[in-house]
Amino acid sequence: MEIIQIVGLGLITTILILVVREQKPMFAFLLAAFTGLFIFLYMIGKIETVISVLEQLADRSGIPSIYLKTILKIIGIAYIAEFGAQIVRDAGQESVASKIEFAGKVLILVMAVPIIGVIVETVIGLLPAGS
Amino acid sequence: MNNIDVSAIFQIAGIGIIIAMIHTVLKQMGKEDMSHWVTLIGFVVVLFMVVRLLNDLFQEIKSIFLFQ
Repeated sequence: MEIIQIVGLGLITTILILVVREQKPMFAFLLAAFTGLFIFLYMIGKIETVISVLEQLADRSGIPSIYLKTILKIIGIAYIAEFGAQIVRDAGQESVASKIEFAGKVLILVMAVPIIGVIVETVIGLLPAGS
Repeated sequence: MNNIDVSAIFQIAGIGIIIAMIHTVLKQMGKEDMSHWVTLIGFVVVLFMVVRLLNDLFQEIKSIFLFQ
């Protein structure tokens, strides 16, 4: 029952943040960031098992490993960008948060370009020649 | 590892409350600049804890999601 632990941790941290925010808003922000980091770190261990299963499946089905690597990198970029943007948004800097998200989107697009190229080539190969 | 990290959350909250108390006391004693230094030092200590955990997280993400 890890979810109960996580929810309890979140509730207690919220109360602590509300107490500390009266005196020092800076510490409240750091506390929120620390809790977010802790929960994220806790969950990333679980994700690891899912990723390893995905890798095994990809190995068995003969998909070129470069595709799976690209997809995993994209997922990683998405997690990091989302996390950073939410912490910055907690601190009230909406504009910086949206810039972080923008950077994440651009980096994901750059990673996805080779795959898009392969798709387009496949579609062109499917078309009948001479048309 | 789990327990240590959870206790760190309470440590940060405790540091925040105690720093606020020291700040108030020093201000009552009329030592404005000292109270600001105390706040700054407490902030740096907590920032170190947060940054260390952030480093852990990023290393973990790098190793799991195959960023070489």
